[in-house]
Amino acid sequence: MNDFWIVLTGALVAVNCAILGVFLILRKMAMVGDAISHAVLPGIVIAYLISNSRNSLFMLVGAAAFGVLTSMLIELFYKKARLQSDASIGITFTWLFAIGVILVTAFSGNVDLDQECVLYGDIAYIPFDTWMVGNNSLGPAAIWLLSGNFLVLLTGLIVGYRGLFITSFDEAFSIGLGINAGTWHYALMAAVSLTVVLSFNSVGAILVVAFIVVPPAAAYLLSKRLDAMLWISGLIGILSAISGFFLADLWNASISASMAVSAGIIFACVFAYTVIKRRLFQKTEESNFIESWQ
Amino acid sequence: MLDINLIWVLAGCALIGAGSSVVGVFTFLRKESLVGDAVAHSLLPGVVLAFMLFQLKSIWILFPGALIAGWLSLLSISGITQYSKIKPDTAIAIVLSVFFAVGIVLLTNVQQGTYGNQAGLDTFIFGKAASMLPSEINLFILVDLILIGTIFLFYPYLKLFVFDPEFSRAIGLPVRLLNFLLSTLTVLAVATGIQAVGVVLMAALIITPAAAARFFTNSLKALIFIAVLIGVISSVCGVMISYTAPSMPTGPWIVMVLSLVAVFSFIFSPKKGILSRYLLRKRHLVKMTDENVLKAMYHITNQSHKRAVGITVLSEARRFDGQQLGASLKRLLKSNEIQRENADIALTEKGNERAARVVRLHRLWELYLNKRMNIAEDHVHNDAEAIEHIITPELEAELVKDLGYPESDPHHSEIPGIKSFRK
Repeated sequence: MNDFWIVLTGALVAVNCAILGVFLILRKMAMVGDAISHAVLPGIVIAYLISNSRNSLFMLVGAAAFGVLTSMLIELFYKKARLQSDASIGITFTWLFAIGVILVTAFSGNVDLDQECVLYGDIAYIPFDTWMVGNNSLGPAAIWLLSGNFLVLLTGLIVGYRGLFITSFDEAFSIGLGINAGTWHYALMAAVSLTVVLSFNSVGAILVVAFIVVPPAAAYLLSKRLDAMLWISGLIGILSAISGFFLADLWNASISASMAVSAGIIFACVFAYTVIKRRLFQKTEESNFIESWQ
Repeated sequence: MLDINLIWVLAGCALIGAGSSVVGVFTFLRKESLVGDAVAHSLLPGVVLAFMLFQLKSIWILFPGALIAGWLSLLSISGITQYSKIKPDTAIAIVLSVFFAVGIVLLTNVQQGTYGNQAGLDTFIFGKAASMLPSEINLFILVDLILIGTIFLFYPYLKLFVFDPEFSRAIGLPVRLLNFLLSTLTVLAVATGIQAVGVVLMAALIITPAAAARFFTNSLKALIFIAVLIGVISSVCGVMISYTAPSMPTGPWIVMVLSLVAVFSFIFSPKKGILSRYLLRKRHLVKMTDENVLKAMYHITNQSHKRAVGITVLSEARRFDGQQLGASLKRLLKSNEIQRENADIALTEKGNERAARVVRLHRLWELYLNKRMNIAEDHVHNDAEAIEHIITPELEAELVKDLGYPESDPHHSEIPGIKSFRK
């Protein structure tokens, strides 16, 4: 049963991240996702100091606030100070992460958090942190939180599909149509922060990044349609969660990291497939052309 | 009293700061700052593998392992972007997270296995500035000296390559070799810097000094010098903070100081800062309003043949904003360009001269556009309305001469004060 919960947690994280990752990649904001996943640390620490618990509404609000703050700071450096975008991303997230680490050490007596926990997470303990109502266990709390997260993202996706679609592919055109591109941008950023916070307990910040970029990048190579990309990246995410679990057993290593590595292996296969396919395809096209000439 | 250990750490961190700042300038100019972040994360599997193979925790074993892994990560990034439609930022994120995940798989395997003394392996990636061993610091000093020396040696080629890779390829520079050189230097800088600030914050050591320095200069030499200065000062500050308050971590404080310096430069830099650009804009706005007020008074008095103008007539003439007009009149009174006449206001000699000049520039420009650019006379007004505040006296004299000391503009209005240009 515990194994089932672990795989389910991984799959839920993978699907949530895949939905967001598709849009981040299309908007050329993959590194913004990385930045947010680090920069929510001070938000988490401050919320933890106020509420004294790990799974609280405070934590979600604090992290979401810092996620939006991160993307606002990046915009500010980029637009007002006219700093190039890669540098504004780098400065913003390192600064906020440094503030987070300083806060953690300054209040180390009160905070049950550390840098390693934020970076790795620990999926293996998920089944033991159950949600109790009276004397009945309703299953692991993380499952409930991640399912809630999934429902929120799914609703947002269904309701906002057209808006997200247009603003992701052609922002200038969407503004011309009278769509407020900024609203969609910040809604997406808030969703990323929320998902990062809910996932970091189980897989850690950097592995969240793996789930955000790797399956959608593979899907991006395989499809040109947005809806197909969403389905494929979700499937690749689930596949890497399941295979990663068994690989972890085989390798005697961290489960969440194995899941990320297995996503990386799937990406490598897809990448090799597209490269080889293009080479073969190009050759036949050229030879067809020559044959038609003769 | 400074203790000897502190001096070692200070020297080490200062050199690490200098090395990564120098390399950072080049990655910044190539708009590849985040590559440093990817390399930092990618060192982990190299370090752990080196440990697994040799069962030794010596820095002389782990360091080459880190270099090889960092190198592979750079190769993977350029391979992914070259052979597929995936964008560079996504490629960086993929390599960063997958390499790091591989590192953690290896690390957790080592921790659960029978590898003996593996404790402290992860300090390689999380930083431990305060507890660096003298032997390690020696290595870092050596590496950073090599790094800075190499950049000195190849400076002219690197400069050309960074600013215009196409041109340097065209004139036959070994572009691939230079690219290889810069990548190697980046990996070296990251591999030493990571010891001071840890894997996540390493990006700051590369990016932030160059970004802050960019706000003060346009010359590459000065850019490198200022970036190194910022890098070294911040590193020293960070070390001193954690020395005086031992519970405080060194790396995050180095980054904190760096970021504050950067934000300070973004705001207060004398030429490119947010504040100075804001003030410049405001000065232009003030000048434009004042000149428009003077010009409006000039037109009104010329039409009515009276010296004085009523405030309401003036504010209606160009639909001035009440507050702006009030502020402008106050300034003009103070500078003696207008004077009160009972309830009305009139241009002084000085004010009249300035107003006439603005009108002259306006009409000269209209004439120039009409005559030299063949733009119809009903299309020249708006352009002239903007440029009349900008043209310098030298340009004005050129225009008058070029147009043959004209007396009237395309709309047959008189151009005032042309006579004074004839000598």
